[in-house]
Amino acid sequence: MTRLWLGMSERQRALVGIVFVLLVFAPLVADRYLISVLTLILYFAYVGQAWNLMMGYAGQLSLGHALYVGLGAYVAALLWVDFGVGPWLGVFVAVLVAASFGAFIGWLGFRFGVEGVYFALLTIAFAEFTRIAFDHLGFAGGSGGLFIPYQEQRLGEWWNLRGGQILFYYVALLLAVSAVLLVARLTRSRLGYYWVAVREDEAAARALGINAFRAKMTAVIISSGMTAVGGVFYAFYYNNLFPAQIFDISRSIEIILAPIVGGLGTVFGPVVGAFILTPLGESLITLTEKLGINVPGVKAVFYGAILMLIIFLRPSGVWPWLARILGVWERRP
Amino acid sequence: MMWSIYLNVVVQGVLTGLVYGLMALGLSVIFGVVRVVNFAHGEFAVVAMYAAFVLFKTAGLDPLLSLLPIAAIFFIGGFLLQTVLINAFIGRPEHDQFILLVGVAIIIVNVLLMTFGPDAQPTNLSYAFDSYSIGPLFVDKVRIYSAVAALAIASGLFAFFRYTRVGIAIRACADNLVGAAVVGLNVKRLYAVTFGLGLACVGAAGALMVTIADATPSLGPAYTLLAFVIVIVGGLGSMTGALVGGVLIGVSEALAGFLIEPSMKSMFSFALLIAVLVLRPQGLMGRRA
Repeated sequence: MTRLWLGMSERQRALVGIVFVLLVFAPLVADRYLISVLTLILYFAYVGQAWNLMMGYAGQLSLGHALYVGLGAYVAALLWVDFGVGPWLGVFVAVLVAASFGAFIGWLGFRFGVEGVYFALLTIAFAEFTRIAFDHLGFAGGSGGLFIPYQEQRLGEWWNLRGGQILFYYVALLLAVSAVLLVARLTRSRLGYYWVAVREDEAAARALGINAFRAKMTAVIISSGMTAVGGVFYAFYYNNLFPAQIFDISRSIEIILAPIVGGLGTVFGPVVGAFILTPLGESLITLTEKLGINVPGVKAVFYGAILMLIIFLRPSGVWPWLARILGVWERRP
Repeated sequence: MMWSIYLNVVVQGVLTGLVYGLMALGLSVIFGVVRVVNFAHGEFAVVAMYAAFVLFKTAGLDPLLSLLPIAAIFFIGGFLLQTVLINAFIGRPEHDQFILLVGVAIIIVNVLLMTFGPDAQPTNLSYAFDSYSIGPLFVDKVRIYSAVAALAIASGLFAFFRYTRVGIAIRACADNLVGAAVVGLNVKRLYAVTFGLGLACVGAAGALMVTIADATPSLGPAYTLLAFVIVIVGGLGSMTGALVGGVLIGVSEALAGFLIEPSMKSMFSFALLIAVLVLRPQGLMGRRA
């Protein structure tokens, strides 16, 4: 970690430092609404970062990351509701389950040469399959949903993720910061260079003696495990889980928008993307309400249009462009 | 007489599957030539469903007739969409194209939601509940008509690609892009024609779909996934594959809905998709690349 910090230029340190301090002290000045938006931003920065690791660095397109969010959420919630096992312990089981699913999908895909769009469809297929399966799993509540009961006497148990808004804000901040640190660290490691080599030209990487299969497998396993942690957060933040919501393909798309808009394969891209898209969605809600347009769907139409505009104007994402303006850009693999 | 029930279910699945197949054919043609995955495919189908619905309610036009003008308008729409928007994204990474079409899909679904609301809109054709009885078989009239129409349109498209100069030129683009450009084909224009044809298929399929399902905006993403499943099972880029895949998925849905539970029917389609991707990635009718 100190190596990462020392490796940065003055400007980069200043920028990272300012943003971090602002986020740490935000709850002192922000109202409830702002905190909830910031929590959402940090959550998307976190899961986006997990996806970015797999797509942006290892080059494997997954359109089914909602699967890992959902599995993480359901495993931790079921352990808590049925067995009283707290999320501080349940998160390990959740990660294990999601990572095994990730490993299985990755193994199927990479062993049998399912690549690119086909691999993406394989991930969608698994997510959809699991969604319908959970709709019919009686012990998990089925399509009627799974609810984490509200228990007043447990409210202070922060280790069990029972608490108020501020608790979840700091948990989300912790997750997002750790994800940035982890990705920054990994991409400067041997494994990170393997990933980039495989992403750029798998045949050439193999010729250099890189075990491409193993590199891709580690990417999927780390990414799915990380995403499951986001799922645990989701479960205890919202306290209700519905298969039709959490496993839905639109959830998978939601996860990948921030890193693509922010800049794939960059450490800060997912964070920047989340800081653009979530407030954009929120302000569109406020704007349409102010204008007195109460038709459902208006917000989403603007959202779709702006999304197309961003990807049209900034093909490699907003962050590389923004970083150049701020004078903090450096070409990293 | 258990077997006759199964027979009925299977026949119904085959007929529905042919309409599914026509829809998936559009996706297959677009991917096979333009190499862009149309993530807004099902959404376009739902637009066509609403178009047929409106034409029926206002002008009393039967969906079996209105599919022609709808397909024509969809052709023009697809041509323009490719020319204005998608051609700029040719050669860009898959995820960029993906975001672009997801944007299109989001806009379509929500404009439909704003215009028609979230409730399902039944078309109520006068002959919707008529059926033919052939021996032990009872077949819905609408399903027969739709299946025949779907087959006719698909054969028209086959003939177009086989015998017309434009069709052959498009196939040349699909087979060897550089070669096609070298002999002087206007690739971007042909891409636009292809996207137009793809959408015309969806338009016609959507109009036919109205006779067997009620239009609602949320069908969009479901149909997109359905089209993907069919095309991958049949073989991406293979035209007969799309129809065969459609029939297969139609039958599997009908059987699963009958034997197990209607809400679990697409689970079997996804299981089939996973099996095909792993065991025969090129699809049942596809050639190995």
